Amino acid sequence: MAVSARKREKELRRALAFEAKRPETRTISSMQEMRKENLKKAWYRFSRNKMSVVGLVVVILVILAAILAPYITPYPEHAGAFTDFANSTKAPCAEYLFGTDNMGRDILTRIIFSFQGALKMAVLVLIIAVPVGTCLGLLAGYMNGTWVDTVIMRVADIFLSVPALLLALAVASILEPNLTNSMLAITIMWWPWYTRLVYGVATSCKNEYYVVSAQLTGASKSHIIFKEILPNCLSPILTKMSLDVGWVILMGATLSYVGLGEQPPIPSLGQMVSDGARYMPDKWWMTIFPCLAIIVIIMGFNFMGDGIGDMLSKGDSKYE
Amino acid sequence: MNFKRYLLRRLLLALVVLFGLSIVIFSISRIMPGDVATMALGSTATEEAKETYRIANHLYDSKPQQYLYWITGVFQGDFGTSTSTNRPVITDISEFLPATLELVVMAAVILVLLSILLGVLAAKYRDTVVDGIVRVLSYIGVAMPSFVIATLLVLLFGHVWQVIPVLGRLSYGLVPPETITGFYTIDALLAGNFAVFWDAFLHLLVPAFALALGGLCQEARIVRNSMTENAGKDYLSALRGYGVPEGKILRKYQLKPSLIPAVSCMGMDIASLMGNAFLIETIFNWPGISRYGLTSMLSKDLNAIAAVLLIFGAIFVFVNIVVDLIVACLDPRIRLGGAK
Amino acid sequence: MSKHIQEEVILEIKGLKLWFKVYQGYSKVLDGVDLTVHKGEKVGIVGEAGCGKTTTVKSILDILPEGQYVIPEGEILYKGENVLTMSDRALGKVRSSEISMIYQEPSAALNPVFTIGQQMMEVVKNSAQGKGKSKKEQKEMVLVAIRDVFIPDPERIFDYYPVQLSGGMKQRICIAMAIMTQRDLMIADEPGTALDVTIQDQVHKTLDRLVEERKMSLIMITHSLGVARELTDSIHVMYAGTVVEAAPTAEVFRQPLHPYTIGLMEAVPRLAGGGIQAGIYGSIPDYLYPPKGCRFAPRCPRATEQCLAEKPLLTDVGHGHKVACFHWKED
Repeated sequence: MAVSARKREKELRRALAFEAKRPETRTISSMQEMRKENLKKAWYRFSRNKMSVVGLVVVILVILAAILAPYITPYPEHAGAFTDFANSTKAPCAEYLFGTDNMGRDILTRIIFSFQGALKMAVLVLIIAVPVGTCLGLLAGYMNGTWVDTVIMRVADIFLSVPALLLALAVASILEPNLTNSMLAITIMWWPWYTRLVYGVATSCKNEYYVVSAQLTGASKSHIIFKEILPNCLSPILTKMSLDVGWVILMGATLSYVGLGEQPPIPSLGQMVSDGARYMPDKWWMTIFPCLAIIVIIMGFNFMGDGIGDMLSKGDSKYE
Repeated sequence: MNFKRYLLRRLLLALVVLFGLSIVIFSISRIMPGDVATMALGSTATEEAKETYRIANHLYDSKPQQYLYWITGVFQGDFGTSTSTNRPVITDISEFLPATLELVVMAAVILVLLSILLGVLAAKYRDTVVDGIVRVLSYIGVAMPSFVIATLLVLLFGHVWQVIPVLGRLSYGLVPPETITGFYTIDALLAGNFAVFWDAFLHLLVPAFALALGGLCQEARIVRNSMTENAGKDYLSALRGYGVPEGKILRKYQLKPSLIPAVSCMGMDIASLMGNAFLIETIFNWPGISRYGLTSMLSKDLNAIAAVLLIFGAIFVFVNIVVDLIVACLDPRIRLGGAK
Repeated sequence: MSKHIQEEVILEIKGLKLWFKVYQGYSKVLDGVDLTVHKGEKVGIVGEAGCGKTTTVKSILDILPEGQYVIPEGEILYKGENVLTMSDRALGKVRSSEISMIYQEPSAALNPVFTIGQQMMEVVKNSAQGKGKSKKEQKEMVLVAIRDVFIPDPERIFDYYPVQLSGGMKQRICIAMAIMTQRDLMIADEPGTALDVTIQDQVHKTLDRLVEERKMSLIMITHSLGVARELTDSIHVMYAGTVVEAAPTAEVFRQPLHPYTIGLMEAVPRLAGGGIQAGIYGSIPDYLYPPKGCRFAPRCPRATEQCLAEKPLLTDVGHGHKVACFHWKED
C-alpha cells in the first residue's frame, strides 16, 4: 500500500532541496572529466552502503598493521618463543591492553602479528586458485558440449561434492602440519568454485552475437577466449575474490584452531583461540580478543567485498 | 515424462560424482608422501607390526589393485580397521553417525525456519531498523568461524548464564533410551520417556544453533535479497493493482518465487553443516562421527578418514538431489522442462 | 468522435510531475502531464520509447517502486478523488474493483510458479463481485473470462502454468484477468508489443470488443500511430514527460499541429510511399538535465529563442484540439 504520507512528504522535501542546488546543465566537457565522473560514480556505488566504507577502512588498517607489525606493536619480541612467567595470564591493563597469555606474552602484539600469516595465506591461495579455476572454466565453457567440458566440470563437481572444510582438513592432516601445507589444502578446495562461476558466464555468452561475429571474422581461439569471453567474467570474479579473502582467512583460522596451520611459536588466530579455551572462563581475554579479531577481519573483507560487488554490478535497477 | 528423465540424469550424475570422489579419497589416503604403515601406526611401531599392517592392507600391490580391494570392501560394508580404536571402522561409524545426524537435522530445521523468517521480515521492513538489525546480525554470523561461535556459546551458556545444558547429549545420571533410530529424542519418545526426551532436546539446542548460525545468516540474506529483487516484478504489481492484500502478496506470491534461489543455496549449506559439525562436536563434547573423524585425522587413522569422507560425500550428494527435487516442485519451469 | 465530451470525466491528471531518484540527483521524467478520460472513451497515449507513458499510467494505480520517486506537483483525480492522497483502504477499493491494467510483457505479468487458475482466483476473491461467493461460482467466473478471450478448453488452461502457454495466450489471460469483473477503466500498456504482428492484431481486436461490450473506458498506450488510429477515440501525444498534443483521433490525423506529432507521422513507413520519410532527428533529452523551455526545442525545426526559455502550455485551439507549442500555426 501507499507509504505513509509523512514519509512521502519528507522524501519530497529532500528531493526539492537537493535539486535546488544541482547545476541545470551537464558540466562534463573533456575526456578527463568524464573519467573523473566515472570514478566518482564508482565511488558512489561503492559507498552508497556505509558498511562498505567501514569494511574498506578495516581492511586498510589490518593490512597496514600486518606490514608495520614490528614497529607498532608494544612488545614485538613477544611474537616468537618468548616467555615471561612473572607476567603470565595477566588480565587486560594499561600495560597489556588485551592481557597476556600463559607464557606471559602480550596478546595484542600476537594478534597483530598473526594478521601477517592470515593475509599471506589469503593472497597466496587466491593467486593460485583463481587463475587455475578461471582458465579451466573458460576452457570448459568454450569447449561446451565436448569431452573436455565433461571431464573438467565433473572433476569440479567431485571437489564440490564434499564440504570444503572437511577435505581441506583431511589433506592438511595427512601432510606435515604447517602454513604452506594448509595453504595447499585450501587451494585444492578453492579452484572449482571459480571454474563453476566462469563456466556459467562463458557458456551463456558463448552464443552472444559478439562472440559469434568474432568467430565469423576468423578470430583465433585465444582471442575469443581471452578478449571476448574473459572480460565478461571479470566482474563476477573480482566480486567473488574480494569476498573470498574473508572465507580463506576463516578456513585458515579453522585449520590452525585444530593445530594443522601455522605452528607455534608463530602466532595465528585460530591457535590462540584454542589455547585460550583451556583457560576459560577465568582467563577469558585469552579467547575473546582473538575471537573478536577474527570476526572483525572477516567482516571487514566481507563488507568491502559487498561494496565491490555493488560497484561492479551493471545497474541493479533501471532507475540507477 | 521430462521430469522422470531429469531425475534419472540427476541420479546418474550423482553416481559418477561418487565414483570420482572415491578415487580422490583413496588418493588422499594412499598416495600421499611417506610410509603409510608408519603414518598409521606411528613411528614407535615395530617393524613387525608395520609388516603385518602392510600385508593386511594390500600395500604391496599396485595402486589400482589397492583401490579395487578397498572399493569392493566398501560395497560389502568393510572400511577396514581403525588404528586408533582397534575396531572395524563400520562399527565405529554406526555408533557415532546417528548422533551427528540428529544434530544436523536439528540444525537444518533451525536454519530453514529462522532464515526464511528473518529474510521475509527484513524484506517486508526494507530499509528500516528491522532490516538493518537483520543485516548486521547476518554479517556478524557469517563472519564467525564455527569454532568461534561454539567457543562463545560455551562461555555464555556454560559459565555466564547457565540456563540450558551445553555439553554432551544427556545430563549426567540419565540412561540413554534403547537404540531404535539412534536419535535420543525420537528413541525417548518411542519409549515414552518424556524426561529423557526433554533433556536430550535441550542438549541439542545450543550445539544445533551454533552449527546452523553461519548458514542461517547467509540464507537470511539470500532470502531477503531475492524477495526485494522480486518486489518490483510486474506480476506482483499486477496483483497489487487488483487489490490483493499486501500481506497475502508478500507471504504467497512474492515468497514462493523468491524461495527458489534460496532453497538451492540451502542445499549447499545444509550439506556443509556436516563439515562444520567437526569443530562443533569437538567443542560441545558431542559423541558424533565428525568428532570421530577429526580424532582420526589428527591421529592419521587412514581407514577411518577415508570412510568418514566417503560417507559425508554420499550424504552431501544425496542432500543435493533432495534439494533439486524440492526446487523442481517449487518451480514448474524446471518440472515441465519448458525453461529456456 | 466528440460524442464523449458531454459524458462525465472519469479520470483527470493535472500537471503531474514525477522525479526518479538516480545517483546524480533526480531524473525529471514527468514534467506536467495533463490527461483527461471521459466515461466510455478510448484514449490513446502515443510517443516514442522512454517518454514516460508507462510511468504515467503506473502512477494512476500507485504501483511504482516505493521510495524511488517523488511527485513534486500534480494530482490524479479518479472520479473526483485524488489517488495520490487517498487512504490505503480507498486506494485498495479502486484497485480491486474500479481500474484494471494490462502489462506490456505478458510473461512478466504472470507469476511463473503459480497456475493460471490460482492467480485468477486470487483476483476474483479480492474483487467486489467475487467476494463472498462460493468457490464454485468464483471458478465459474474465471472460466467464463478465459472463454471470453477466445481460449478454447478453459478447464485445461486453468491448471496450466504460464510457462506452458505461448506469448499470445499469456496476454489473453492477462486481458481475461482484467475483464473478469466489471471495471470502469482499463489501462493497456502496449499489450501487443511483445507479440508477433498477427497475434498482436488478434489481441487488440479481443481487447477492443470487450471494452466496447462492457462500456469501459480505456487508456491504450502504444508507440504505433496505426494502432492508435484503429482503436482509440482520442489521442494524447507525449514527448519527454509532457503531453504535447491532445485531440480526437480523427482530428489528429486530419491536421496534426505539434511539430513532434508531424514528425512522428512522417516517420511511419508507408507501404506505398516508397522509402523512409524525414522523421525526427536526435533523441529524447537527458532527464537529469532537461531543456529549460520546451523539451522538444532542441530537436524542433521551428524552435526560437522563446521556445528555449519558456515552456509552452497545453492550450485549446478549437475543435477539442489542444496543443503545447508557441508556433503551432506555422507550417
